[in-house]
Amino acid sequence: MTVEQSKKDKIMVIGVVLAVLLGPIILNPFGAGYPDLLQKFVIYGIFAIGFNILFGLTGYLSFGHAAFLGVGSYSAVWMFKLLSMNIVPAIILAMVISGLFALLIGFIALRRSGIYFSILTLAFAQMSYNLAYSVLTPITNGETGLQILHGDPRVLDAAVEDGALPVTNLFGLNMNATADVSLLGMDIQFNAGYYICGLIMIVAFYIALRLFRSPFGMMLKAIKTNQNRLNFTGVNSRPYTLTAFVISGIYAGLAGGLLACTDPLAGAERMQWTASGEVVLMTILGGAGTMLGPILGAGVIKYFENIFSAYNESELMDVFSFLPHWLQELVVSVSSLFVGEGWHLTLGVLFMLIVIFLPGGLMEGFNRLVKLARGGYRKDGASASAAGKVTAE
Amino acid sequence: MINFRLDRRGLLKGGLAAGTMLAAPTILTRSASAYTNEPTGSNVVLGFNVPQSGAYADEGADELRAYQLAVQHLNGEGDGGMLNTFSSKELQGNGVLGKKVDYVTGDTQTKSDAARASAKRMIERDGAVMITGGSSSGVAIAVQGLCQEAGVIFMAGLTHSNDTTGKDKKANGFRHFFNAYMSGAALAPVLKSNYGSDRKAYHLTADYTWGWTQEESIAASTEAIGWETVAKVRTPLGAGDFSQYITPVLNSGADVLILNHYGRDMVNSLTQAVQFGLLDKMVNGKKFEVVVPLYSRLMAQGAGENVKGIFGSTNWHWSLQDEGSKAFVKSFGQAYGFPPSQAAHTCYVQTLLYADAAQRAGTFNPCGIAEALEGFEFDGMGNGKTLYRAEDHQCFKNVLVVKGKDNPESQFDLLEVVDEVPAEQVTYAPDHPMFAGGELGACNPGA
Amino acid sequence: MIPETVSVRDGTQPGAGAMDVFLLQVLNGLDKGSAYAMIALGLTLIFGTLGVVNFAHGALFMLGAFCSVALNKLLTLEKIALSETEMTAWGTPLEIRTPYAEAWFGDFGAWVIDWSVPLSILIAIPFMLLVGIVMERGLIRHFYKRPHAEQILVTFGLAIVLQEIIKAWFGANPIPQPAPEALTGMMDFGAAIGMDAGNVVYPAWRLVYFLFAAAVIGAVFAFLQFTTFGMVVRAGMADRETVGLLGINIDKRFTLTFGIAAVVAGLAGVMYSPILSPNYHLGMDFLVLSFVVVVVGGMGSLPGAVAAGMLLGILQSFASMNEVKAIFPGIDQIIIYLVAVVILLARPRGLLGRKGVMES
Repeated sequence: MTVEQSKKDKIMVIGVVLAVLLGPIILNPFGAGYPDLLQKFVIYGIFAIGFNILFGLTGYLSFGHAAFLGVGSYSAVWMFKLLSMNIVPAIILAMVISGLFALLIGFIALRRSGIYFSILTLAFAQMSYNLAYSVLTPITNGETGLQILHGDPRVLDAAVEDGALPVTNLFGLNMNATADVSLLGMDIQFNAGYYICGLIMIVAFYIALRLFRSPFGMMLKAIKTNQNRLNFTGVNSRPYTLTAFVISGIYAGLAGGLLACTDPLAGAERMQWTASGEVVLMTILGGAGTMLGPILGAGVIKYFENIFSAYNESELMDVFSFLPHWLQELVVSVSSLFVGEGWHLTLGVLFMLIVIFLPGGLMEGFNRLVKLARGGYRKDGASASAAGKVTAE
Repeated sequence: MINFRLDRRGLLKGGLAAGTMLAAPTILTRSASAYTNEPTGSNVVLGFNVPQSGAYADEGADELRAYQLAVQHLNGEGDGGMLNTFSSKELQGNGVLGKKVDYVTGDTQTKSDAARASAKRMIERDGAVMITGGSSSGVAIAVQGLCQEAGVIFMAGLTHSNDTTGKDKKANGFRHFFNAYMSGAALAPVLKSNYGSDRKAYHLTADYTWGWTQEESIAASTEAIGWETVAKVRTPLGAGDFSQYITPVLNSGADVLILNHYGRDMVNSLTQAVQFGLLDKMVNGKKFEVVVPLYSRLMAQGAGENVKGIFGSTNWHWSLQDEGSKAFVKSFGQAYGFPPSQAAHTCYVQTLLYADAAQRAGTFNPCGIAEALEGFEFDGMGNGKTLYRAEDHQCFKNVLVVKGKDNPESQFDLLEVVDEVPAEQVTYAPDHPMFAGGELGACNPGA
Repeated sequence: MIPETVSVRDGTQPGAGAMDVFLLQVLNGLDKGSAYAMIALGLTLIFGTLGVVNFAHGALFMLGAFCSVALNKLLTLEKIALSETEMTAWGTPLEIRTPYAEAWFGDFGAWVIDWSVPLSILIAIPFMLLVGIVMERGLIRHFYKRPHAEQILVTFGLAIVLQEIIKAWFGANPIPQPAPEALTGMMDFGAAIGMDAGNVVYPAWRLVYFLFAAAVIGAVFAFLQFTTFGMVVRAGMADRETVGLLGINIDKRFTLTFGIAAVVAGLAGVMYSPILSPNYHLGMDFLVLSFVVVVVGGMGSLPGAVAAGMLLGILQSFASMNEVKAIFPGIDQIIIYLVAVVILLARPRGLLGRKGVMES
C-alpha cells in the first residue's frame, strides 16, 4: 500500500461525504432532489457496496442477494410492529437475521463455485420469494406486503393518537422530517431520513474501503485470481469466502432494514430474481471491484427507474416546445419511445452501450476522463498508455 | 501494511459538520400549509400511478387514456363526457375550485415497492394532492397505506380484493371498483338459473391474497345456492402452463371449474382448460362448465375464442346503454378509436368523483374531500344509482354478470351483458366477516 | 386446506386409476420439459462452444413465439370498408373487416390462416438464423474474451431491448394463437399405447409439440454427431483452445453454432404459442428456468440439458398434485429450485457435466 494510494483513498472518502451532504442540492436540477429518491440512492448504494465486497473481491457472483435485502426488510418491519418505531432495534435485527440467513445459505452455496454457485444462490432466493408470496403469508403478508398497523403491540412505545399511524424515528427524530429551504432559486428539501441513511452509507463505505485494503481483502483478491493455486499452498479459502459472503449479506440486510425505516413496508418482490439481478447490474454497470462504481451504478439505475418512467407525452411537448411544431411532434413521438412506458428500453440500450464502450463500467469512463484531463495538462504520452490499467481502487 | 491516513481529528471534524447538517432540518418545519401539497398557484396536480411495464401494461395504458380524458373534461376541453350525465352539477368545466387540473404520471410496474416510490415522487417532488390508478390489489393496498401516511387522497383504480376496503381500508382511500364478494353475490343466482343447484365446483386459485379472497367469496356464494366445493387448489402466480393443475380436474368428479385467476394467469388457465377439452365433457350427467368470476375485456381478448359461453362478472362494460356510459364511450371512442375498458371507466369516474368532492367541499384538504365523499349518492356514471359508503369507503352499485359472446361483431365485442344485478343484492354489512379486521382510522391531512 | 382425493365419475366411464393420473402427469411434464429442453439445448451449446453466458436466450424463445403472431397478423390483414348504415357506439361508421387472404384466395386462404402456427416454422427458421448470426457477428463475438459478468450485462441489455421493441409493436397483452382446427381436439393416448380407451386422453396439440421437440432435438444431435461441422463443434466444446491451435477456422463455425441455438429456441417458441399465448415478457419468464435446467444438466452437456429439462418438467407436474401438496404445502412453488439445490450438492457439476467447464 503506497502513500499515494492512501491519499487517493482519503480524497475518495471526502468526495463521498461531500456528495452525500450536498446531494439534495446537486441533484435538484436533475429532478432527483426529493427525499424518496435520495434515500433510494444511498440505500441501494449500501446494497451495491456490500455486493461488491463479495463479487468485486472474490469473484463469486451471487444471484440471490435480494433474499437478504428482503429478509432485512421483513425483520425491520416486524420490529416496528412488535417493539418500537425507533429504527435502531430494527436495523440491528435486520443485520443479525440477514447475517444468519447469509451464513446458512453461504455455508451451502459456497460448496460450489462459478456458475454453480450463482445458480445455488438464485435457487435459494427464488424459493424465499415464492414462499414469501404464498404460503408464508402469515409472516410476510404476501402480495400486499408487510405493513405497520395502528393496532400493533409496539411494547416500548407510548400509544399513538387515535387513527394515526406512528412514524419511524431515531430517538424522536422522525425519519420523514423535512426542511424546505429556498436556495439559489431552488426549493431544496433536506430530509432527516436521507441524512441518517447517508451517514450510514458513509460508514458502510469506509468499512468496505478498510476491508478492501486489509490483509483479509488481499486474501479474497488472491481467491479471485487463482483459487486452485491458493488451495495448493495449503490455505483453506472457504472460511474467507464465507466471511465475505456473510458480510455482504449483512450489508444487504442493512439496506433492506433502511428501506423499511424510510418506508415501513416490506414486499415479497424485493426478493425476486429481478431484484437480485438489479444489484448485479448496478455493480457491473458502475465497475465491479472499484470502490465508487457500485454506488454510481446504483444511482444510475434508480435514476432511470424513477425519473425516466415519469415523463409523459404532454411533458415532452413542453420540453421540446422551442422547436417548430412539426419538428416538435416528430421529436416527441421518437423520444416518447424511450421515456414513460419505454424507460426499460432506455435502460437496456444504456447497459449495452456502457458495456460495449466502457469495459470497466462507469468508473472506467470516469478514469479515462481524468486521464484525458491530466494528459492534456502534462502533454505526457506515458500516462495515456497506462489508462486502461488504472482503476479507482 | 495499511497506511490509511484519514486521522481521527479529521474524521471528527467531518462528523461534526455532518451532525450539524443533520440537526438543522429538525429545527425547521416542512411548511406552513394546512395540509400536504396545498395548491397555492393556479394549478392543482393529480398523480396518475398506473402499470406501464409488466403484465398489466395494456390495462395501465388504457387507464392513462381515461385519465387524460377526465382532465380534459374537467378543464373544459372536449365534449365533457360524463360531466353532462353526472347527477352532481357542481363541476363547470373550468378546472376544480377555479384551478386548472394538471397531472403527472408514473409506472407502478405492478410491484408494491415501485408503486410506492412512484407515488412518493408525485407527492414529494411534483406536489400531487391525489394519487390514483393501479391494476392489482397488492399495489392498491400498498399505495393506499402510503397516501394515508403522507396525507393525500387515494382513489383506487382496478382492485378487486375484499381487503382494499376490508381489513386494509384506510380513511384516505376510496374504491369505486367492485370486489370479490360482490362478484360472488352477483354471479351465484345467474349460475343457479343456468347450471342448476346440484353442481360440484373445483377451484383453481392464484396463490396470493387477491386469489384467496375471491376463492372465499365465490365458494361461499356458490355453496349458498347448493353447490358443493370439491377442491380448492392453489396455483403459483405466473405458472404459465397450468396443465398439471387441470388434468386432476377431469378425475375429481367436479362438473364446474372456477378459475380465480386474473391477467396472464387467467388467459393461460382458461385457454388450457379449453384445450384439455373440459367444455366438451359430460360429468355426473351434466355438461362440464368453466366460470371466470372476474372478467376483463382486455383479458378476454388475450384468451380469444376460448371465452365463448363462459360466465363471469365485471364492473362495467362499454355496451351498456345508460346515458352516462354512452357519453363516456362516445368521448373515449372518438379520442382513441376504440371503446374503453372497465379499468379505464373506473379511473375516469374516480377522477370526476374526486374533483366533484373537492368542488363541493370547497377545499383540496383530504379531510374535507373524505367528508364530501362519505355517504355521497350519485347517478349517471354508468352503474346506476351509486353510494360511496361512509363506513368503508366502498362504492355500492350495480354489478354486471357477463358471458363470452358466441358471435362477436368486432374485436372489442367479446362479452355480452347477461344481467345487471342491482346494488341491493350485492350489498353487505360493513362488519361482514370477509371484510373484518381492519379499521378506517381518522383522515390524515398530513403537514 | 385438504383437497378431496376421491375420484368419483359417472357410471358410463371406468374410474380413472392411479396409473392413469400418473401417466397424465408424466405427459404434462414431458410437454413442459420439451420446451425447457429446447431452450436449454441452445443455451448450453452457446456456453459449451463459445463460453458465453447468454441472458438474451429467453428473448430468442419469445421472438420465436412472435414469429407465429406476426405471420398470423400478416395473414389476417384485413380489408377495411366503412359501413354506410351501421355506426359504432362512439358515433363513427362501423368498419367491416375481411381478411385479404380470404378475400383473394377463398378457402385456401382460410386454410392457411388456420394452419398459421405450424406454417410460421417456415418463417421462423430463416428469421431466427438471421437474428442469431447478426447477434453473434455484431455483438457476442466481441465478448468472447470478456468476463462473464460483462457478457451478462450486455446480453441482458439486449434482452430488454428486444422485449421492449416487441411490446411497442404488439402491446403487453397476450395474443392468442389457436392451433389448427384439426389439432385442437383431444387424442386418446391411452388407447394408442394399448390401454383402456377413454382414460388417458390428451390434447392433440401437446402431443404434437412433444413429437416436434423430439424431432428438433434429434436433428440437432444428429447434426453434431454425423457432420464434420458437428465434430469440430464437439471438439471445441471439449477443448476450445486446442481446436483453435489446430488452425481450424473456428469463427465461422461459432457464428453458425449461435445461429442454430437461436433457431432451436425460436422453434420452441413458435410451436409453444398455442399452449401459452405469446406476450412480450415470455422470455424473462423462461430465462431463469432455462438457466437452472442447463446447470442442473451440467454446463455444456447437451444430453444433460435435455435430461434435466424433462426431469424438472415431470417433477414440477408431480409436485402440483393435490396429494403431494397436502403433505408439503407450497411445494409446487419451489420444486424446481429445491431439486436444483439437491442435485448440485450431490453432483458438483450437475447431472452430466464435465470438469472444468465454466468454473473459473
